[in-house]
Amino acid sequence: MLLKEGEIRIPSGCAISGLISRDGNRINGGEIVKSISYMHDRSNGLGGGFAGYGIYPEYKDYYAFHVFYNTNEARERTERFLDRHFDVINLSRIPTKKIPAIKNEPLIWRYFVNPLPTKIASSQLDEKEFVAKCVIRINNDIDGAYIFSSGKNMGVFKAVGFPEDVGEFYRLDEYDGYAWTSHGRYPTNTPGWWGGAHPFALLDYTIVHNGEISSYDANRRFIEMYGYKCTLLTDTEVITYIFDWLNRKQELSLEDIASIIAAPFWSEIEGYEKSEPEKAAKLKYFRNSFSSLLITGPFSIILGYTGGIMALNDRLKLRSMVVAEKKDVVYIASEECAIRAICPDCGNVWSPRGGEPVIINLSEEGKRKCL
Amino acid sequence: MSAKITAGDMHFKELNRLIRESAESEIIVDDCLGQRYIGSGVSGKHIIINGIPGNALGAYLDGSDITVYGNAQDATGDTMNKGTIVIHGNCGDAPGYGMRDGKIVIKGSAGYRCGIHMKQYMDKIPLVLIGGKVGDFLAEYQAGGRIVVLGIGFEDICPVGSFCGTGMHGGAIYIRTEHMPKSLPAQISIHDADDSDKEAIRADVELYTQSFGGNADELLGSHFYKLIPNSANPYKQLYVNN
Repeated sequence: MLLKEGEIRIPSGCAISGLISRDGNRINGGEIVKSISYMHDRSNGLGGGFAGYGIYPEYKDYYAFHVFYNTNEARERTERFLDRHFDVINLSRIPTKKIPAIKNEPLIWRYFVNPLPTKIASSQLDEKEFVAKCVIRINNDIDGAYIFSSGKNMGVFKAVGFPEDVGEFYRLDEYDGYAWTSHGRYPTNTPGWWGGAHPFALLDYTIVHNGEISSYDANRRFIEMYGYKCTLLTDTEVITYIFDWLNRKQELSLEDIASIIAAPFWSEIEGYEKSEPEKAAKLKYFRNSFSSLLITGPFSIILGYTGGIMALNDRLKLRSMVVAEKKDVVYIASEECAIRAICPDCGNVWSPRGGEPVIINLSEEGKRKCL
Repeated sequence: MSAKITAGDMHFKELNRLIRESAESEIIVDDCLGQRYIGSGVSGKHIIINGIPGNALGAYLDGSDITVYGNAQDATGDTMNKGTIVIHGNCGDAPGYGMRDGKIVIKGSAGYRCGIHMKQYMDKIPLVLIGGKVGDFLAEYQAGGRIVVLGIGFEDICPVGSFCGTGMHGGAIYIRTEHMPKSLPAQISIHDADDSDKEAIRADVELYTQSFGGNADELLGSHFYKLIPNSANPYKQLYVNN
C-alpha cells in the first residue's frame, strides 16, 4: 500500500564522499563504494553514482563518452553523429553485473573518441569547446540519448539505486584511479532517474552535491546566455556548467571561483577594507561582476577535475563536511564514519568553514605518474 | 554488570533496540561507526561508546549518561531533556539544538550552530561546554541555558566564529578569550566576566577538568567575556509593529 505524506518519514539527506592520492597511487573503486555505503541512510535509493579519475590509462589521450540510450534507434542516431564528428577508436557496452537492486537499466555504452581535425578547424573552436558543444548537442537534440561522462582518462558511473548497489552494478572493483568521488541521492524536488543521478559531468569536470540551491533559476538564466542548456530537471547540473564556464573559459582559479559562488558577506568584505584592501577590492569586483553566479541555499559539493578534487560548503555551512588525511591520501565526506570506514586510523580530521574551499591537487610525482 | 555490544556494520535500528532492551545499566558499544540516534530518549543508563557515533547522538536523551571515546558527528543531543553527554574528541555541527536540560561536554572543538535554540525553565538549565573553538552562529536564537567556550589551544584568536548570538534573547554565553567576537548583533551585550560570573561557571569548568584533566583554577584565572541579551535594546518591530 502506498503511504500518504505524513504516514511515512524517510530520514535522509544526500551523501557525498571523495578521496585522492596526491602521489598518484591508484586506488581501487571498491574503496569509494565502501566509504559511501556507511552513509546509506542519507539516500533513499533514487540515485547513486561515482566519478573515477585516472581509470583509463590505456586510452588517456581519448575522450571517454559514457552514454545512456533508451532505444537502439537513439544509439544509431548518436553513432551516426559521432562518426561524422569524431574518430571512434573503441566502442563497447559498459560491463555491468545483473543484480536485483538495479532494475530498468537503459543501454549503457562507452566510446573512446577524438574529434576530427577537419571538423574542429571548420568549427573555429578549440578542441575542448568543440567536444563540449557536441555533447550538449547530442543531449539536447537526440531524443533518448544522454552522454553522462565526456572527459579524458576519467569516467562517471551512475544509476537509480543505492550507491553501494550502483558500485556493484558497474563492477567498480575492476577500476583503479588516483581520485574518486561519490554520491548517494535523496531527491527532494525532482524524480529519481538515471540521468538525474550524480555526478554531473561536462568534459572532465564532475560535481557531486548534497543540498538544494535556491538560486537555481538566476544561475540558469545567466549560464544559458553562454550556450549551456539546463535540461536535466535538477539544480546540480547548473553548478557543473558554472565551473566549466568560470574555470575553463574564463580561466579563473578554483579559489576565485569559490569566492564567486560562495561569496563572503558584504559585512565580511568590509572587514578586509582596512587590513587587506586589495583582497576587498577583488572580492567586491567578483560579487559585482558575477552576482548571478552566487549560489545560495545549502550545499556541500565535491568537484572532480583532471589532476585534483575540490570540496566546498555554502557560506552559511548548512551541510556537513569533514576532511581527513593519511600519508598522501586526502578524504572528504559528509560524515566522519564514511572516512573511518576505509581509513580507521586517519589523523587530522577537520571541518572546513563555510565558503572555504579545500583544493587537493596531484603532487609533481603524482602528475608524472597520472597525467 | 555491564553489557557489551560490538556495533561494527550493525544498522542503527538493531543497535538501538539492543541498547533499549538491555537489562544492564551500563552498556559499552565497541567499534561504533556512524550508527545514528544512539541513546535517543533513553533514561537511566550509562552508554559508553568507543568509535564514531552517528548523527543525532542522544537526541531527546532523558536522563542517561553517554561517554564517547572518539569524535561525534552532527546534531548531538538534539532537543535533549536530561542527562550528560561527554565527548573525548571533537563534535560536528549543531550540538545541543533546542536543548531543554542536561549537559553536553566536548573536550575539543565543535562545528557551526552550537547550542542554537537552547531554552530553560525554572531549575532546568542546560549546558553546552566546549573545550576548543566553535564555528559561526554559536547560540543563534538562544532562549536560555549556558554555553561555555574555553578556547583551550586557541588563545591567540577569538575561539568563536561570526554571527555569534544572532537572535539571542535568553541565557548566557561565556567565552575564555582576550579577543572580542566579531559582528555581534546590537540586541546582545558583552561584558568582562567578573568574579561572580566566574563562580557561576566554576562547577562547569570543574566538570570539564574532571572529565579531561587540566586545572579549573588556572582556566578560571583567564579573562572571560560574558554575552547576554541586551534588555535595553530588545527586539522590536522586527517583523510587525507590536
